[in-house]
Amino acid sequence: MSGRVLVGVKRVIDYAVKIRVKPDRTGVVTDGVKHSMNPFCEIAVEEAVKLKEKKLVKEVVAVSCGPQQVQETIRTALAMGADRGIHVEVSGKDYETLGPLQVSKIFAALAKKEQADLIILGKQAIDDDCNQTGQMTAALLDWPQGTFASEVSFEADKLKVVREIDGGLETIKINLPAVVTADLRLNTPRYATLPNIMKAKKKKIANVKPADLGVDVCSRLEVLKVDEPPQRQAGVKVETVEDLVGKLKEAGRV
Amino acid sequence: MTLFMQALRFSSSRLPFICRRSRTYSTEAGAIERVISAFRSVSGDEGVSVGSAVREQHGRDESAHRCRPPDVVVFPRSVEEVSALAKICHHHQLPIIPFGTGTGLEGGVGALQGGVCFSLRKMDQVLDLHQEDFDVTVEPGVTHRGLNSYLRDTGLWFPVDPGADASLCGMAATSASGTNAVRYGTMRGNVLNLEVVLADGTVLHTAGKGRRPRKTSAGYNLTSLFVGSEGTLGIITKATLRLFGIPESMVSAVCSFPSVQSAVDSTVQILQAGVPIARIEFLDDVMINACNHFNKLSYAVTPTLFLEFHGSSKNMEEQVSITEEITRDNGGSEFAWAEDEETRGRLWKARHDAGYAALALRPGCKAYSTDVCVPISRLPQIIVETKEDLIRNNITGPIAGHVGDGNFHCLIVLDPNDPDEVARVHSFTERLVRRALAMDGTCTGEHGIGLGKRALLREEVGPLAISVMQGIKATLDPKNLMNPGKVL
Repeated sequence: MSGRVLVGVKRVIDYAVKIRVKPDRTGVVTDGVKHSMNPFCEIAVEEAVKLKEKKLVKEVVAVSCGPQQVQETIRTALAMGADRGIHVEVSGKDYETLGPLQVSKIFAALAKKEQADLIILGKQAIDDDCNQTGQMTAALLDWPQGTFASEVSFEADKLKVVREIDGGLETIKINLPAVVTADLRLNTPRYATLPNIMKAKKKKIANVKPADLGVDVCSRLEVLKVDEPPQRQAGVKVETVEDLVGKLKEAGRV
Repeated sequence: MTLFMQALRFSSSRLPFICRRSRTYSTEAGAIERVISAFRSVSGDEGVSVGSAVREQHGRDESAHRCRPPDVVVFPRSVEEVSALAKICHHHQLPIIPFGTGTGLEGGVGALQGGVCFSLRKMDQVLDLHQEDFDVTVEPGVTHRGLNSYLRDTGLWFPVDPGADASLCGMAATSASGTNAVRYGTMRGNVLNLEVVLADGTVLHTAGKGRRPRKTSAGYNLTSLFVGSEGTLGIITKATLRLFGIPESMVSAVCSFPSVQSAVDSTVQILQAGVPIARIEFLDDVMINACNHFNKLSYAVTPTLFLEFHGSSKNMEEQVSITEEITRDNGGSEFAWAEDEETRGRLWKARHDAGYAALALRPGCKAYSTDVCVPISRLPQIIVETKEDLIRNNITGPIAGHVGDGNFHCLIVLDPNDPDEVARVHSFTERLVRRALAMDGTCTGEHGIGLGKRALLREEVGPLAISVMQGIKATLDPKNLMNPGKVL
């Protein structure tokens, strides 16, 4: 057991920003818009750092795929307590079409290269809401997966994961190495403190290209168009029940 | 220049009575239509509302003062729109009431004479963050929690934390404070510059446009003048704030005491020992009991201190050991620790929810918070005397407070329909304020004067100071359009 954990951190548009669709309807406006670490990835980093503080794992490696700017996201993970970072360089058109399938191939390759025992990812990204990368990564590696985790603990040489599911909570025990995806209630991520941000500047971030890992980032998907949700229509007040039924019939609802 | 000439025409003694008129705008139908269409041409149709639900929402805050809705609510999107709307109000002699988040505690947003409420929530951008200089400029729609969330990757934070998630510009207007004031100060010390729109639409930069040095000796301190002016001198449209580094380590602890005296004595001694304590909050037994029920906690029901230490891991040990020695000497219990983000968060949420916890003691009642602040050496005496007063007069008044600043709140819960209780509470609060004033203190440490404490302000600063304040008001707002009926 290497005691090494890989944590995926994605750079996304900050959750507080009001999203606007580009006029050509090919995507959303990202230029000049505040970006930050995906909130579920923050939870993933926090969990990995907590495991290291409890001495259950030895090293936390933060990984992000994208252009130069994702280094900021990796630095935040380092400030939260990750030991080193890996920046998988993807830019331009490749970055615009980068999706869960390519990312999970990258993670699978890195997991083998780094001999990781555990991969912790956020359950989904708040920009695409795909909720696929963790599951695909586990499948490619043929590793067990504990998704939507609200609690993670080690029991002997296995991992006990409590999962949030529609019916309540499901507890499973899985072998290591494994993939875990973090759900909202797993933990409350720490803030990156100023002294730790300063210290993190000294931690190393390695650069790697997808081709070096034998991964083809070409996308099999084509986005046709992106639209805003339909504008909410004003309500209508009516005087009598008869009027209400009449309007409902007009709208074909009754 | 015109403001100065106008000020000469109005003597200060007449000032409070100049704009006393009945709410005529509802009767002069043509006039209000013209004004509203002028507003719409500035802010668009969606930027102006006369709907009764919207007006009522903008006529109340979180105090027990009754709702006083304005005639119109406008939603400007930029300082240019604020200025244009203010010019229209100035021309038509309409009162102007700035509105941030409506979380004030002194009835500051009530439109006593009707008029126009300027809701600034659409101006919600964080502008100009300078990380290496530790400053940031924000618009009025940005709240302190919103700003700290925005800053979370930078290692910086803005520590002034009133209980509500209030607008930062609103916090500047009321000179707000919070649990961190004992170490990081209040708004007074942490606002570097303001952009303010005056009653006639003039846009003023109190420290000069874009300026943000950490300190200055340049001229009269206009920034400080507007901090705490509660919307009576101008509308704050931008605030440049001083930021701090998030400390390496933040740890909280709870310590129970056998008596109010021992808890408050400990506070004074901790401060005198020079411990740079970040938060030191007092909760009396009634308050702890209320919090236990409301937040499902199980603290011992006895006077308690909630403490927080900030620093590097090394100097934390020293801070904690000095503090523990002091509390132990005063009969305090072992510390119950909260170290990780989640547990700490629960602890301080319980403190911030104190008002709601107090209300939950007697459902159906209203809450009123007192806010006196005295020099810290007088704190033990005033709290002990106040508690005796509460018990003697059978008033539900759990006490919670920023004892590190000498400031505490009695969160009085009363039935507004019981005239005897209302009278008892009223005379209690008068005695409390007079007690604080007699101890060289103030009637309001952080909530402001608003509507209900104007007479107390006069007692506190004296008629001469009031006269000077009225002169300043007359210079900046000769028509008394800015939030009339508040502060003075």
